[in-house]
Amino acid sequence: MMSELLVPFSYEYMLKAMWVSALVGGVCAFLSAYLVLKGWSLMGDALAHSVVPGVAGAYILGLPFAVGAFFTGILASVGMAFVRQHSRLREDAVIGLVFTSLFALGLLLASIWPTSVSVQTIVLGNILAISDEDVVQVAIISAVSLALLLLRWKDLMIVFFDEAYARSIGLNTFLLKALFFTLLSACTVAALQTVGACLVIAMVVTPGATAYLLTDRFGRLIVISVALGAGTSFAGAYISYFLDGATGGVIVTLQTLLFLAAFLLAPKHGLLAARRRRMTIAGAAP
Amino acid sequence: MNVMAKSVGPAAADLNGLGASISVRGLAVTYASGLTAVHDASFELDPGSICALVGVNGSGKSTIFKAIMGFVKPAAGEIRLCGRPVAEAISRNIVAYVPQSEEIDWNFPVLVGDVVMMGRYGHMNFLRMPSRVDRYKVDAALERVGMSDFRNRQIGELSGGQKKRVFLARALAQEGRIILLDEPFTGVDVKTETAIISLLGELRAAGHLMLISTHNLGSVPDFCDQVVLLNRTVLAAGPTAEVFTQANLERAFGGVLRHYNLGGAQLHDDADPRHLTVLTDDERPLVIYGNDRKKMPSPPTQPDEPKKR
Repeated sequence: MMSELLVPFSYEYMLKAMWVSALVGGVCAFLSAYLVLKGWSLMGDALAHSVVPGVAGAYILGLPFAVGAFFTGILASVGMAFVRQHSRLREDAVIGLVFTSLFALGLLLASIWPTSVSVQTIVLGNILAISDEDVVQVAIISAVSLALLLLRWKDLMIVFFDEAYARSIGLNTFLLKALFFTLLSACTVAALQTVGACLVIAMVVTPGATAYLLTDRFGRLIVISVALGAGTSFAGAYISYFLDGATGGVIVTLQTLLFLAAFLLAPKHGLLAARRRRMTIAGAAP
Repeated sequence: MNVMAKSVGPAAADLNGLGASISVRGLAVTYASGLTAVHDASFELDPGSICALVGVNGSGKSTIFKAIMGFVKPAAGEIRLCGRPVAEAISRNIVAYVPQSEEIDWNFPVLVGDVVMMGRYGHMNFLRMPSRVDRYKVDAALERVGMSDFRNRQIGELSGGQKKRVFLARALAQEGRIILLDEPFTGVDVKTETAIISLLGELRAAGHLMLISTHNLGSVPDFCDQVVLLNRTVLAAGPTAEVFTQANLERAFGGVLRHYNLGGAQLHDDADPRHLTVLTDDERPLVIYGNDRKKMPSPPTQPDEPKKR
């Protein structure tokens, strides 16, 4: 029995899948801690879908996928800014318009010129079959992002909390926000490999949302979020070996289960705690 | 108080020589939309004073704040803070900003102590690791505003007045010689307002310069030494007694202000020539009776009152 549970660790591709997933899951969770605070959650989804044509194009041309993704990520941001400035459409409509257009273009490219990468891989991810070059790219993206976040997390916190104040103490808020969105696009690209374009949004929202219910301190929120993101991604890859199911699906299901647990049971912000408080108040003042 | 005397003392000594002054000369700010928010605005403010920035919405109060904090580049004119250009003053932590309550996300996962610690970030190294001095100054600032017992509360759990005091504590911890307060009395009860005003008085004594944008006309004569009246430009600036007159206020507020004038038979049975004037824009009213300015007990401001036009 015991040895059966250890089987995944004896395959190199499983080991690789587990640690790459954990790394990407951890960094995405770090970013999610910020994203859920600002009402920008859907930006993660928009970016993940927008980079698809870049990824498909890069595979067709034989370039590193990160290059293509970066190019279309920029194109998407510029496109959204341009349409917003030159039309009277609201922001959500512009985001919806731009990212679906790019996503459609990506699907079209990948289906017309079938290459080493299939549409299914881009949309659903396929961490179990990730190539060594892709592992290197994902590892570099994640490590650099993690390092930058660890160095600048407090500055970013002030920018997200009180932007005017951040500027008044001399922080370059434009640069910090640009850094954040660059890291976000880079990490969504990395996460494409593990869970696919459709589920990236969960990686950059759910761990942060769960941690948000569990603590009132931002530093702890980050720690909890990263632990959840890395843990579920690692476990998800591991479990998918036994279930023979899509890794992305398993990871996101685990994250959702943990969110539901926090939603119900969180000591202060959970549903049951709120109910208990109401009962106490009602009991104290009949 | 002892604690604070220590923390304010040395900084005050350093900078008093320079004076916590604001000098605005011929300032004009034009936004990208082409709107000129202020033009040809000039005023000088001295150390150790409290100055009210008064005007209708859109008169340029927030533009002047933004210009002082370096968020907008003047199209003309110049601003000097403690004799230095804005960018240099900012990098030396001379300016402390206390935001409006509406600008803050009160659900943000930070504790009271964390917010006040943000005041020290400008003094910290690249990694923003708080030193013992930083912790000490945060303690002292919390002590001074009477919020020490609340340091481990999430900020959303506080009352309107307590929230305000936390952000004042952040400004204290920052040790800015110039403190900008944006509508500090909105959504605050009269007791807290009085507490904030007395704290500002102490800071004035310590040599700080406070610039307050306010709608709260009624309390301006009580605690402000100077007034800058704005309407796209500076209409009048100087000592409160000279500038904060009915004639000037009517000029600044035009038809926006509610203006009641009671006199003659409406007010007196006898031939008393004095009349009662009430100027208000929905917050604490300014009440002028006869030649004296007397304030009547005013109703507490409603925290959830609709935002003024």
